[in-house]
Amino acid sequence: MEILVILVPLALMLGGAGLVAFLWSLRSGQYDDLDGAAWRAIADDEPPQEAPAKR
Amino acid sequence: MQVTRDFSHYVREAGEGLRHIDLAVEGVHCAGCMAKIERGLSAIPDVTLARVNLTDRRVALEWKAGTLDPGRFIDRLEELGYKAYPFETESAEVAEVAESRFLLRCLGVAAFATMNVMMLSIPVWSGNVSDMLPEQRDFFHWLSALIALPAAAYAGQPFFRSAWRALSAKTTNMDVPISIGVILALGMSVVETIHHAEHAYFDAAIMLLTFLLVGRFLDQNMRRRTRAVAGNLAALKAETAAKFIGPDEISQVPVAAIHPGDIVLLRPGERCAVDGTVIEGRSEIDQSLITGETLYVTAEQGTPVYAGSMNISGSLRVRVSAASEATLLAEITRLLDNALQARSRYMRLADRASRLYAPVVHATALLTILGWVIAGASWHDAIVTGVAVLIITCPCALGLAIPTVQTVASGAMFKAGVLLNAGDAIERLAEADHVIFDKTGTLTLPELEVMNAADIPADIFELAGRLALSSHHPVAAAVAQAAGAKSPIVGAVEEAGQGVRATVDGVELRLGRPSFCGAEALVGVAALDPEASIVAFSKGTAKFILSVRQGLRPDAKAVIAALKARNIGIEILSGDREPAVKAAAEALDIPEWRAGVTPADKIARIEELKRRGAKVLMVGDGMNDAPSLAAAHVSMSPISAAHLSQATADLVFLGRPLAPVVAAIDAARKALHLMRQNLWLAIGYNVLAVPVAISGVVTPLIAAAAMSGSSILVMLNSLRARSGSREIV
Repeated sequence: MEILVILVPLALMLGGAGLVAFLWSLRSGQYDDLDGAAWRAIADDEPPQEAPAKR
Repeated sequence: MQVTRDFSHYVREAGEGLRHIDLAVEGVHCAGCMAKIERGLSAIPDVTLARVNLTDRRVALEWKAGTLDPGRFIDRLEELGYKAYPFETESAEVAEVAESRFLLRCLGVAAFATMNVMMLSIPVWSGNVSDMLPEQRDFFHWLSALIALPAAAYAGQPFFRSAWRALSAKTTNMDVPISIGVILALGMSVVETIHHAEHAYFDAAIMLLTFLLVGRFLDQNMRRRTRAVAGNLAALKAETAAKFIGPDEISQVPVAAIHPGDIVLLRPGERCAVDGTVIEGRSEIDQSLITGETLYVTAEQGTPVYAGSMNISGSLRVRVSAASEATLLAEITRLLDNALQARSRYMRLADRASRLYAPVVHATALLTILGWVIAGASWHDAIVTGVAVLIITCPCALGLAIPTVQTVASGAMFKAGVLLNAGDAIERLAEADHVIFDKTGTLTLPELEVMNAADIPADIFELAGRLALSSHHPVAAAVAQAAGAKSPIVGAVEEAGQGVRATVDGVELRLGRPSFCGAEALVGVAALDPEASIVAFSKGTAKFILSVRQGLRPDAKAVIAALKARNIGIEILSGDREPAVKAAAEALDIPEWRAGVTPADKIARIEELKRRGAKVLMVGDGMNDAPSLAAAHVSMSPISAAHLSQATADLVFLGRPLAPVVAAIDAARKALHLMRQNLWLAIGYNVLAVPVAISGVVTPLIAAAAMSGSSILVMLNSLRARSGSREIV
């Protein structure tokens, strides 16, 4: 049962890390535009250039 | 005179020599639009940030100070095919956003605590039936307390505050039993832990908060979104005024930047955006948005004009007495104040439920304690059982029953083009059994339409439309729009107060008063419609008569029929003249109508219906309707309504059709049905669970299972509000 001394703080730390990450993401405005974020994930990075006239 | 656009009012400093502006954009609805706008704007040199918010339909822009004029962004967006306008976040919206974030933070904290406490509770539950040592159990309980107590103190704030407000006002709401339940559950658990007892309810208390916060957050988020849309719509109306910044120099500035004492120019065909007094000029003005009267009023020096009036014929110089937050006709202000006071007395379904619920539950808990003491149990055991009753009855499902339905239903209404202004509007709308319509701008469309376009040869009509483009007169604008005219006729001359004329291929064209076109003879036949303005068009010797008026909303007749089919009483109360109201009432088959009604008369009529027990839905748009909108049980306005009416109405509907009125009533009735069903589900669960709790065999495991079970059941039931029958009319 001595393993609890390691496991319990470890579990709490992991939970706490999750909470901190959530609060950080909230603070940095990541929930402000959920619709847009869904689309941005699949958007192209570079604008598609004008198609070259000759091939 | 030179006209410039001035948006400096909306520009903010963003630090380090940057400037920031927020634009509301119309028609952004996909990733393609988002990419197109962001690339299009970023391509402008010196723009450092262009980011679209697809949820709120807005663009945030930053650029190097002093390099660009904000008007350029709007022009660029217009080239890309989007209408945009700067907007200023209203204080109401800022508050909603802050509240929404706070709830999300609370929810995050509560969910974290629930998961971790549950991780500690499950070993205790399984340990209790196997070989767990009491020391280990105590250790786990203390750990749970360490997590649950601070988390509950933080995440419970929305409930504790609201409960405290209710108690200080000597009333009760749903948050009172919630707060009592949570605090007692935590307090008892701490005491039990100190005494090395077997059961602690940290998990139940914090789980309750998590579930309730989910409901709260969803509710708040919907409200925030509605506010954002309403803010955008207000911004996109792009209300500006031509302000004199020199004796002969005019700047087109947003209304928000106009102050009392400024002098503005009101050109023909423009809608006045401020309240003020005419200091120079002579014109006819259309005050139908303010009084409901469709006849034009003559305005000259000294005439007061109100925001919403349309200037018809001549230019006016107006000294501003009040700008965006209009001062009103004193009479309307007084009526409005009275009516608003009366309305705040409505008690929401949730509060009515909690008013019954709290005493019953608390009495049951007390009786349980006394009962066990009389039956010979120790005070300690009796109190533990009593608190268990409180925990198991804690209105988890009850607290979710109404907000979840409200969220789903307001989402459904949002899709149907109805925005909710008031949180309790759904409940009140569902009860409505009598609808009072205003006529002008509500049953009819706010814009003018050509009624007899079909009788006129298409080529003639098109020519008339092109000629009409050269005039500022609103009637001419309606003709031009109806004809779909794009290119004006070169060399057209406007004769003030008469009409427009031009010569094409040697033939003279004239559009204007019948006398101006020599078409008086035709008028007698056409002037049957009392509301219509008659315009004549002549091409050489051929004469035509156009009848222009505010048309009924395209589906008005079907909507009235649909309302009748739902057994809802209908009547028209209008400030307009009798013939005009009568014509509309007959066209729509509404037997009950009154014309020439003043705002005070409207309220009197509503009060009379109230005394007879009717729940009145008032649908109106004019400033003269605002007091009756507030006096009615529930009220609705079209988006084209006067500011004041829109702010007073419980619901606002978008677009040209009237169908959202029926759609909203249907959605509200369905929602109320589901709310009641949810309350019964929650009560049914309590009826099953309470005897178990009273008998003293409840363990924390049973409490947790019962609580999450009933909450999930209620949430699933609420989702049924989403699937609505689609046929509206």
